[in-house]
Amino acid sequence: MSESQPEARRDRRSSGGRRPRVSVVGVLGELLLTAGALILLFLGWQLWWNDAIMAGQQSSAASERSSEWQQEALAAQGETPPPAPADYGPPVVDATEYDNGDAFAVMYVPRFGEDSQRNIAEGYGLDVLNSFDLGVGHYPQTQKPGEVGNFAIAAHRSAYGGGMHEIEQLQLGDAIYIQTKDGWYTYRFRDFEYVTPETSAVLAPVPHRPDLAPTDRIVTLTSCNPLLSTAERIIAYGVLESWQPSAAGAPAEIAPVVATWGS
Amino acid sequence: MYGALWRVLPGPVWLRIILVLLLVAAVVFALFTWVFPWVDGILNPINVTVE
Repeated sequence: MSESQPEARRDRRSSGGRRPRVSVVGVLGELLLTAGALILLFLGWQLWWNDAIMAGQQSSAASERSSEWQQEALAAQGETPPPAPADYGPPVVDATEYDNGDAFAVMYVPRFGEDSQRNIAEGYGLDVLNSFDLGVGHYPQTQKPGEVGNFAIAAHRSAYGGGMHEIEQLQLGDAIYIQTKDGWYTYRFRDFEYVTPETSAVLAPVPHRPDLAPTDRIVTLTSCNPLLSTAERIIAYGVLESWQPSAAGAPAEIAPVVATWGS
Repeated sequence: MYGALWRVLPGPVWLRIILVLLLVAAVVFALFTWVFPWVDGILNPINVTVE
């Protein structure tokens, strides 16, 4: 009788649910929950965390290049007054052959929001699009900024800095500014098109009509569609409205914004 | 699995909660800094171009 009490206490302790109970199903369940949490965490990292970090670095890299060009232009100009709009002449077309990954222009679309400026580099591989200081790629087979024909570029819609995240918000007449070492090209957004990823005809000098000789100077933005999917491509076309040399500075509408990039 | 972790942690409940939060923070930091960039590199790339 005196021995049965401690025994009963031991029994209560072992069957009372406080002892660790490791079952295969329990561990499997915890592993599955952990896997689910990890996948959600990865998506959060890819779509927000890493996206925000890359967007910040890409836009400050573009600001740096833009203000360098502005300062070079100012230094080259010296004491001579800036040219008047009548003296701008036809758009200068840079004939340089750039290697893959070389940045040669800066894109700025006010509709895409503050800090949407991005470097444009030659080539549209992941080395350009997923880069921390580039982000927008130029299709090498297409024309140069300001050239008669089609200046076609690509960027991510979401993640990796999303250089064209707000592309679907473009409205008729929205400015698409392209800056090179030579000056500023102002394109105006005209229309959208939604195509399959194989529709390379949108890159033709006259989109969809490779048989025609171009007369317009257009810009073509390509990104993926719908948002968070790669099933389709969204295409935004713009037409060159004006050009001004670096010596004339940034276009008046964005000059105050551009002036803050150097600081 | 996690039950065992909880029992291994020392101290009263409030201290264990702090320790668990610290552990979670460390794991998330390691994931964001090293694991996810590596995973991203081996996943299928996201294509945005026409060709």
